Amino acid sequence: MTNEAIKEFITAHTPEATYDETGEWLNIIVEPNQLKPLAFMLHGKAMQMDFLFCLTCVDYKTHLTMVYHLTSSKDRTINLVLKANVDRTNPEIETVCDIWRTAEFLEREVFEMFGVQFLNHPDLRRLILEDETAIAVDEKKEGVRETKGYWPLRKDFEDPINMIKL
Amino acid sequence: MYNETEIIKDTTELGPDGELVINMGPQHPATHGVLHLVVTLNGETIKKIEPHLGYIHRSIEKMCESLTYRQFIYVTSRMDYLSSHINNTACALLVEKGMQIEVPERAKVVRTILNELTRIASHELWIGAMAMDLGAFTPFFYAFREREMITDIMEDTCGARLTMNYIVPGGLMYDIHPEFQTKVKAFVKQFKEKVTEYEDLVTGNVIFQSRTKGVGVLTTADAISYGCTGPVARASGVSCDMRKIAPYDAYDRVEFDEIIETDGDSFTRYLVRVKEMNQSIRIIEQLIDNIPEGEFVGKTKNVLKLAKGEFYQRVETARGELGVYIVSEGGTTPYRIKFRSPGFSNLSVLDHISKGSKIGDLMATMGTLDLVIPDIDR
Repeated sequence: MTNEAIKEFITAHTPEATYDETGEWLNIIVEPNQLKPLAFMLHGKAMQMDFLFCLTCVDYKTHLTMVYHLTSSKDRTINLVLKANVDRTNPEIETVCDIWRTAEFLEREVFEMFGVQFLNHPDLRRLILEDETAIAVDEKKEGVRETKGYWPLRKDFEDPINMIKL
Repeated sequence: MYNETEIIKDTTELGPDGELVINMGPQHPATHGVLHLVVTLNGETIKKIEPHLGYIHRSIEKMCESLTYRQFIYVTSRMDYLSSHINNTACALLVEKGMQIEVPERAKVVRTILNELTRIASHELWIGAMAMDLGAFTPFFYAFREREMITDIMEDTCGARLTMNYIVPGGLMYDIHPEFQTKVKAFVKQFKEKVTEYEDLVTGNVIFQSRTKGVGVLTTADAISYGCTGPVARASGVSCDMRKIAPYDAYDRVEFDEIIETDGDSFTRYLVRVKEMNQSIRIIEQLIDNIPEGEFVGKTKNVLKLAKGEFYQRVETARGELGVYIVSEGGTTPYRIKFRSPGFSNLSVLDHISKGSKIGDLMATMGTLDLVIPDIDR
């Protein structure tokens, strides 16, 4: 399936989608509220993009961008990158873990590192970092850490105790 | 014999439905690293497994944002320490792709040989450790006998036995050791003779078979949905070998088979890894006599700068597909870097495949998933 055919297919479903072909793979940029329906359609019979091999987030200082790397287990040569820009102060996006189950853990990681709220996620808690209760105890003791806004992979994150600036 | 009052009462608190919650790890002999599993049991049957991660989290992704494209490779050796060569290759390939650096043929072939040796060493360690989890102590020593030869080869050539840091953008850090070829050939010879010993000890073992057959069955649909890769997915019938799908280095010129089995249980995952070792030997045999003469590193600038844009590189580590995703703003350091680690996705399936089985079977399931914890926590 060529890029043109994929674009035509997506435009028929989501006319507002914009495309970026400068990179290795076709990038599809949509609004956050359009992402879930588009993802559901891509997973369907027509495209069979059933393999979500990377889910992450990038902090561009003005906004956050959710990045989904998709491929099809039937034809691994087709690779798509799905992107959605979310608001930085109140980031919210619909979960995709009912479409690709691997997203459950990956979204938990993005949540704790970037603070993106995944709506309808079954179990949105911290996965790698210590949980909020432990941080709250630390806050009382040392008075440095905050429970809210503790998103380590954002660009403006600072931790005076554990971080060394190069 | 003794009074009723002397019998110690079991005071363990049970959940509402008679559930018992136990902690496995972080320092459990079978977790091979600091993985903490909270297991909810009903009698002996597993109801839920919840992994608690982060005991070895070093925030490698954040660290790499302040390291240059020459420096960040050394951090990646500490992720999946059993596939450190392959991690380094992934990063080097990404920088080469981003800057269009020509890699000399000699470097490509040596990289491929080293990657396959790493894969064998990783599987050897796994076979010993997994058998030990299941109560067989001897395979550990047998496996380490051959693994020792590989680490010796690595020590000669790379100067290190575990975190090699030998592969740099453009090729290799320095040329191979003069005795590299003879030593690798000696290893191949010995491995071919001795690999049957593992088969005798483990594969045909009735106790091992009865503990692993039909345990932790992962279906094809689940393997795809959970994003499993590597031997775990290939044992469930998913074709996902990056060496075949997107060949890098010298993989496009060697002949080897992608091992795909369809049963999906723990025993099949074991078989896939054993067969994979033989395929790795096959690759090494094709390349070891044909290392081209010439430069071992291509011409690169002193300061590496990636063009503005996004880059993604996938390689096949011993555990599955490792993806490196870099967002570059045109500077000397990555703006954002993400490592898609195979262990992370493979771990997420553990709860699903061991639900309803007995707690004794958890050892077999977890052992054959081949989890390396620093790779999961990063």
